[in-house]
Amino acid sequence: MENPENVIEVRNLEIDFHTYAGEVKAIRDVSFDLRKGETLAIVGESGSGKSVTTRSLMGLLAPNAEIKKGSIMFHGEDIIKKSEKDMQHIRGKDIAMIFQDPMTSLDPTMRIGMQIAEPLMKHKGLKKKEAIAQALEMLKLVGITNPEGRINDYPYQFSGGMRQRIVIAIALVCYPEVLIADEPTTALDVTIQAQILDLMKDLQNRIDTSIIFITHDLGVVAGMADRVAVMYAGKIVEYGTVDEIFFNPQHPYTWGLLNSMPTLDTEGGSLSAIPGTPPDLLDPPVGDAFAARSDYAMKIDTEKQPPFFKVSDTHYAATWLLHPDAPKVTPPAEIIRRQKKFAEMQRPEPPIKTATKE
Amino acid sequence: MRKYLLKRIFYLFLTLFIVATVTFFLMKLMPGTPLQNEAKLTASEKASILAQYGLDKPVWLQYFIYIGGIFKGSLGLSFQFSDQAVSYLIGSRMGPSMQLGGQALLVGVVLGIILGAIGAIRKDTWADRVATILSILGIAVPSFVLAILLQYYLGLKLGLFPVAGWSGFSYTILPTLALAASPLAETARFIRTDMVDVLSSDYIELAKAKGLSKFGIVYHHALRNSLIPMVTLIGPLAAALMTGSMVVENIFSVPGIGEQFVKSILVNDYPTIMGVTIFYSALLCLLLLLTDIIYGIIDPRIRLSGNGD
Repeated sequence: MENPENVIEVRNLEIDFHTYAGEVKAIRDVSFDLRKGETLAIVGESGSGKSVTTRSLMGLLAPNAEIKKGSIMFHGEDIIKKSEKDMQHIRGKDIAMIFQDPMTSLDPTMRIGMQIAEPLMKHKGLKKKEAIAQALEMLKLVGITNPEGRINDYPYQFSGGMRQRIVIAIALVCYPEVLIADEPTTALDVTIQAQILDLMKDLQNRIDTSIIFITHDLGVVAGMADRVAVMYAGKIVEYGTVDEIFFNPQHPYTWGLLNSMPTLDTEGGSLSAIPGTPPDLLDPPVGDAFAARSDYAMKIDTEKQPPFFKVSDTHYAATWLLHPDAPKVTPPAEIIRRQKKFAEMQRPEPPIKTATKE
Repeated sequence: MRKYLLKRIFYLFLTLFIVATVTFFLMKLMPGTPLQNEAKLTASEKASILAQYGLDKPVWLQYFIYIGGIFKGSLGLSFQFSDQAVSYLIGSRMGPSMQLGGQALLVGVVLGIILGAIGAIRKDTWADRVATILSILGIAVPSFVLAILLQYYLGLKLGLFPVAGWSGFSYTILPTLALAASPLAETARFIRTDMVDVLSSDYIELAKAKGLSKFGIVYHHALRNSLIPMVTLIGPLAAALMTGSMVVENIFSVPGIGEQFVKSILVNDYPTIMGVTIFYSALLCLLLLLTDIIYGIIDPRIRLSGNGD
């Protein structure tokens, strides 16, 4: 491990999918760290590779996927090199996962108590009775009312929000070091979303776990994450603290994302959208993959891959606009407004972090 | 639950009544009479025999007499076996048929589940292909062809099992195998399709994310969820077995109901035909009812509640 603070270090990860049409280069040279106790949000549109990246951490890639390059270091060992048997001991114990749709992610024919108890029996070698007793504690922890009366119920007897609480209970029952949440609130009502997010934050503090939060909902990111990585076309294009990404974004794609998010300050009636569609990863573009959709694309964007330029110690962006020779461009009005706010946030010392997160 | 059961039992009797009625009239449409040496009989002899069995009466009256008999609990007397009661005939021949049917269903379903599960778990490998070919063969080859092949090769050529007859367990093996092929194939196909579906579902993904082993996932999650719809298949499978058994019992000279039934049709033994048909129908209806009850027990989502059905 390069940094003892890191729980997971992903370096130069490249993943291809073998399809009838050819090799889809889904993940193209992705590197990131997950620090102890933090929440890292990975944002990006569908197909940007955020789910594939996290599935590779679990060793749960589809059979037609192939890890071409890179390493995923966890506890000083490379997860990629581990056998399926070894991965089974990591999954659910050290790294756990919450899925998108709580309506379908529970086994409809098994009592929920048993479903929560399963990882305990597998990883901690508990007898069924002890495991069920702990499952009951977990049910209380995730806020299921009358847990004694409900532990023997089946999933169909619960609402979507309650089911997601149960899924969270399953994921956290072994107190994993890393929790991967793959769009855990996408399928839920907005009011329930907030409850689930609060629950996750609360549990994160209690059991001291690091969270990788995958989402395309920037509103959720603002409330949850410590750091944000923005993915586009199989690459991370920008990463930084949540304030840096929200108020001082540098990559045109991040601008587009933030610009298309409605805020209370949004003026006028229509929402802006990013024009065009993501590139075909069967044959990814040579330079900046976002160039074709960007209003700020320069000639070099179509010729050469931009490296990461440092904005601050914690903030990096892969765009040629940050090159010293690049012409000064004017970002969209909304972004200028955000950057102004960021400048204000920087001025008073020390920076008031929590107040600006809202 | 009670209300539901009572309702189902009422429907069961209604079904049987309709079956009895339809069979009765269909049977009367069959060519020929129950008289065996018709050519040698004089007209008066014929008339007296027909009168003795009530066959001289108009068809509608015969029908009412027959139905009346059923309500009194009597299936009538057989023509061909010196006036034995049909219910006695069925009772005495039920044993071998039930044994064969049960064995075939058990062998077929168990092997079918294993074959289907292997196909689904090892999808698109040679094991899957072998399982698929076996199940296509099982469906395509009729049980009587298989029966004769088994009889010839395993019975006659290799002498592993008795060719025909019914005096011990070894006699049941070949007919069981012949009968089991079709339910085996149906089950394997069903389970494979179903399990491929189940294995790609989100809760299997979650089970993997829990760190369960492949076997654990299949055994605790996939199998149960694939087996639930399978229960609905057992009724139709049993029905197919009944029809299959008629021919197979004949081929292996098994003294069962099927063999009896075929003989009765050949000699126009009306009461026996009626009796066996009603018996088979009742059996099938009961199986279907049982299937629904079992379905409710193993699938918590459709567990029959007291307030409705």
